[in-house]
Amino acid sequence: MAHSKLAAESYDHDDPEAIHHIVTPTTYIAVYLALLVGTALTVIAAFLPLGPLNPVVAVAIACFKAVIVILFFMHVYYSSRLMKLTVAAGFFTFIVLIMMVLSDYMSRSWGLW
Amino acid sequence: MDSQAIATHPGEHEVHEHPAYLRHHFETVEQQREATAFGMWLFLLTEIMFFGGMFAAYLIYRNWYYPAFAAASNTLSITLGATNTAILITSGFAMAMGVWCAETKRRKGLVLSLILTTIFGLAFLGVKYFEYKEKFELHHVPGADFSISQFVHPSAESKETPLAPDMAEKTQIYFSLYFAMTGMHALHMIIGIGLLVWLLVRSQQGAYTNGYVQPIEYFGLYWHFVDIVWIFLFPLLYLIDRHPGR
Repeated sequence: MAHSKLAAESYDHDDPEAIHHIVTPTTYIAVYLALLVGTALTVIAAFLPLGPLNPVVAVAIACFKAVIVILFFMHVYYSSRLMKLTVAAGFFTFIVLIMMVLSDYMSRSWGLW
Repeated sequence: MDSQAIATHPGEHEVHEHPAYLRHHFETVEQQREATAFGMWLFLLTEIMFFGGMFAAYLIYRNWYYPAFAAASNTLSITLGATNTAILITSGFAMAMGVWCAETKRRKGLVLSLILTTIFGLAFLGVKYFEYKEKFELHHVPGADFSISQFVHPSAESKETPLAPDMAEKTQIYFSLYFAMTGMHALHMIIGIGLLVWLLVRSQQGAYTNGYVQPIEYFGLYWHFVDIVWIFLFPLLYLIDRHPGR
């Protein structure tokens, strides 16, 4: 994937200048526009009759927006491996907790509440 | 200890210039940067867990009382919600530009970016104020004053399906979560704006355009985190089911 190739280039620890990558305004503007388009798409998608897919689409767009904010506005894309692992581990733990809570609620004899 | 080190290595400090912002317990600026960025991210991860509890509660109650959640969600204004999303994204963009200005040592640019970040942040809270005010007027704030009449007897033009009174009562759970989640989000913004004012004063003095960008950068991380929370709150609270009567 092109993404992993670029990521590999971004943490060259032998060169301190490479670690402190200055993200350019061009990147910020591109992310900003993508976020605005994402917001418009979320609103449009909410009015489409997609049935059970409506919340799926809404959360998918929100996740995409969150990922580009984390990678570019929050510079994780240009960070060291340690930082990438830390951030990924945090979100992974969060998802594990949510899954465990939901599987608990789904697997009990609910319907009696 | 420090003086010994200097005595045994004469001249080292002349060869190796330390910027004033490098704390004595770090070897290099890079090490300080990596360690503090790590610490900031750990803090943000605890924040994810903090908001995560409310998101988990939301998920479960939404599944239990879906009709109540859908009907209550439809009383929110998409226009105000979407506008506020755009305002907050703009504030985040201004903050990102502020980080770039600090890194490229543009003092005026940094000050301007921080001012814009603050203005858009305040605009967001302003819109939120009018949204909350409307909820108080409609008796949609959970508690003794709460009224279910709009959900039991919806107006004809709203196309809403009338809810049974027991289900209509559950709209209080939706509004409790609405106020808890947007309220905690707003509190984070208020704290952020307080910090912004401080950063603005220091930036004006040139504190972060001398190579020491970390306070600006880490405040940026916090501000973007608050953005991300809203990116999820907007569809989850405002856009549950926008096909009433279908």
